[in-house]
Amino acid sequence: MAKITLHNLGHSYVPNPKTDADWALKPLNLDFSDGGAYALLGPSGCGKTTLLNLISGLLTPSKGSIHFNDLDVTNKSPEQRNIAQVFQFPVIYDTMTVYNNLAFPLRNRGVEEATIDARVQEVAAMLDLKPTLQKRASGLTADGKQKISLGRGLVRSDVNVIMFDEPLTVIDPHLKWELRSKLKELHQRTKRTMIYVTHDQTEALTFADQVVVMNDGQIVQIGTPVDLFERPRHTFVGHFIGSPGMNLLPCEVKDGQARFAGQIVETANASLYKGGAKSVQLGVRPEFVSFGNEGVPVHVTKVSDAGRFRIVTVRAGEHPIKLLVPEGATVPAGSGHLKFDAGRTRLYADGWLVGAEGGAA
Amino acid sequence: MTLELRNVTKRVGAETFIHETSLTLEEGNINVLLGPTLAGKTTLMQLMAGLERPTSGEIWFRGKNVTGVAVQKRNVSMVYQQFINYSNLSVEDNIATPLRVAGMARAEIDRRVGKAAELLRLTPMLKRRPSELSGGQQQRTAIARAIVKDSDIILFDEPLANLDYKLREELRDELPKLFADRKCVVVYATTEPGEALLFGGNTATMHQGRITQFAPTLQGYRKPKDLLTATVFSDPPINTHAATKRAGQIVLSGGLTWPAGKAETRIPDGDYTIAVRPHHVTTAVPASASGPIDGRVLITEISGSESVIHFALGDKTWVSQSHGIHRLAVGSQTRVYVDIDQLLFFGANGELIG
Repeated sequence: MAKITLHNLGHSYVPNPKTDADWALKPLNLDFSDGGAYALLGPSGCGKTTLLNLISGLLTPSKGSIHFNDLDVTNKSPEQRNIAQVFQFPVIYDTMTVYNNLAFPLRNRGVEEATIDARVQEVAAMLDLKPTLQKRASGLTADGKQKISLGRGLVRSDVNVIMFDEPLTVIDPHLKWELRSKLKELHQRTKRTMIYVTHDQTEALTFADQVVVMNDGQIVQIGTPVDLFERPRHTFVGHFIGSPGMNLLPCEVKDGQARFAGQIVETANASLYKGGAKSVQLGVRPEFVSFGNEGVPVHVTKVSDAGRFRIVTVRAGEHPIKLLVPEGATVPAGSGHLKFDAGRTRLYADGWLVGAEGGAA
Repeated sequence: MTLELRNVTKRVGAETFIHETSLTLEEGNINVLLGPTLAGKTTLMQLMAGLERPTSGEIWFRGKNVTGVAVQKRNVSMVYQQFINYSNLSVEDNIATPLRVAGMARAEIDRRVGKAAELLRLTPMLKRRPSELSGGQQQRTAIARAIVKDSDIILFDEPLANLDYKLREELRDELPKLFADRKCVVVYATTEPGEALLFGGNTATMHQGRITQFAPTLQGYRKPKDLLTATVFSDPPINTHAATKRAGQIVLSGGLTWPAGKAETRIPDGDYTIAVRPHHVTTAVPASASGPIDGRVLITEISGSESVIHFALGDKTWVSQSHGIHRLAVGSQTRVYVDIDQLLFFGANGELIG
């Protein structure tokens, strides 16, 4: 096991990157602590797979270095890095038994049979694969096969990090929670460093203690699921996490107060704004907006009943705003006024949270 | 406009894909077919489109029997789960194809293509090929082609299933607007109860080749006719348990005992299967009568703003859905509360009692 340190690590698929857009991964610093459960989350093209391939050694970085503990592995091959990977599709030997599939990585390294047997039995027990050990892998269901891929990563005790690349893609939606449960339990028990790459917020937030959100080749926030929901550091995080995502409303700031649609809107951080941004926006999640007797005047344009709550779309002038109204509460017909929860309404300047120190972290 | 299936069945060899089904679909509302994979949604749509002939029964449209009429003569549009476009044509030509086939005048084609592209936010991409577009834009192109002509029937077969959730969210929001002022019968197949709810309209819940209920969407959700419908119409899965109601109490098999709450007056004493939706089993104590449950946590799934806790109650798995982010360790004990007044009671044959 190892702590992983990325120092000024960047990658470009063009030979001499000049502009920002040339970098698939803009140079960044990032530490994965030993034994942590991490997710890399972002839409396709955000750079998460590039980052994963740099850590595993499938790609050599254009810039910067990678350390496993104190060892510089920047130029080492994937084999030399001692990592395990679980991909979208199970990678197994169909003709071998489940037992031999699990034993394979150890036999490859010349481990003695008694030790192999102990390790295989232990891992099979963790993954509920014991009853199938003597069966051919080809006869297993998709989730059974994916468990073997996972087991092969766990069977070696010298693995520095286990990396998952959208591992539940082929799993039936109704069975996903069971594998999520298994992964979580395995992390709690083995305390291996695990990195999980996905575009799906539920996958990332369910698995990871720390989620690294990426967009446009850079990290926009690293945080716990609570941080990402309650304190998005970037408007992209507010939009991408949560369904529906955060409302973003253009505003003006005067004397430390935000104004939207002619009204002063109390926020958590407008007093920290120092000016100079090209655009300033209010960010507030639909969960933290409600109807009131006074506030921003709006027209109700759409009510969708999701069963456990209603998603109401209103317009303040030309700006659409979404809010969630709980089961049983009333929605005014035609027009009404909106209240924003001041502690959860924040000001963003050029996309970044005002008053947060530093860039992304 | 009315599309009617009259006692329709579909069998292939020994296998029955659709058991005898009658269904009347009207214009003006989205008609959702909701059910898991292999429930028969696609087969039913193929029968509606005329791509397949029913083994028995008839299909009527606008008061005419169209059972034997081929798909080309039915004025139907379809959108599939896979993004299907003409790869050698530009987005503009893709959208225009059905109008050109119909021999429409050029000026009218341009006007309609422009309008459909604008509705689906494809205007800047009109000159591009589908391969140069994102998945979301490719599916927007297929949808634009489906709505550009005045089809009598538009069928959507899980059109958002292959898109990332943010794109799904966007298109889900926009789709109903596309039909708001059109005269056509719209049918939309999905595996997701949440999607049916957001579209509103009417929903036919399907299970193994049968429609279990066809009703206004919210009615089917809040008053499912039977336990099967309740199961199909719940994600995460609805919790069920055998229970006896007597003397002001509800006693679950296994011994857990709750107050009967409002059920005391509306449900006679007796044996039932009770069911409760996950969002009525919460970490917060409900305002009305509540039944506490202590369970062992199997996993907490976090969706951004909500937490779905799967937990073991005896040998059954229960699911709780709560607002906010609750991270509980796998294997730990937790207490959640059932909102008793939201319990559904089903009788011996699975029928809803109340």
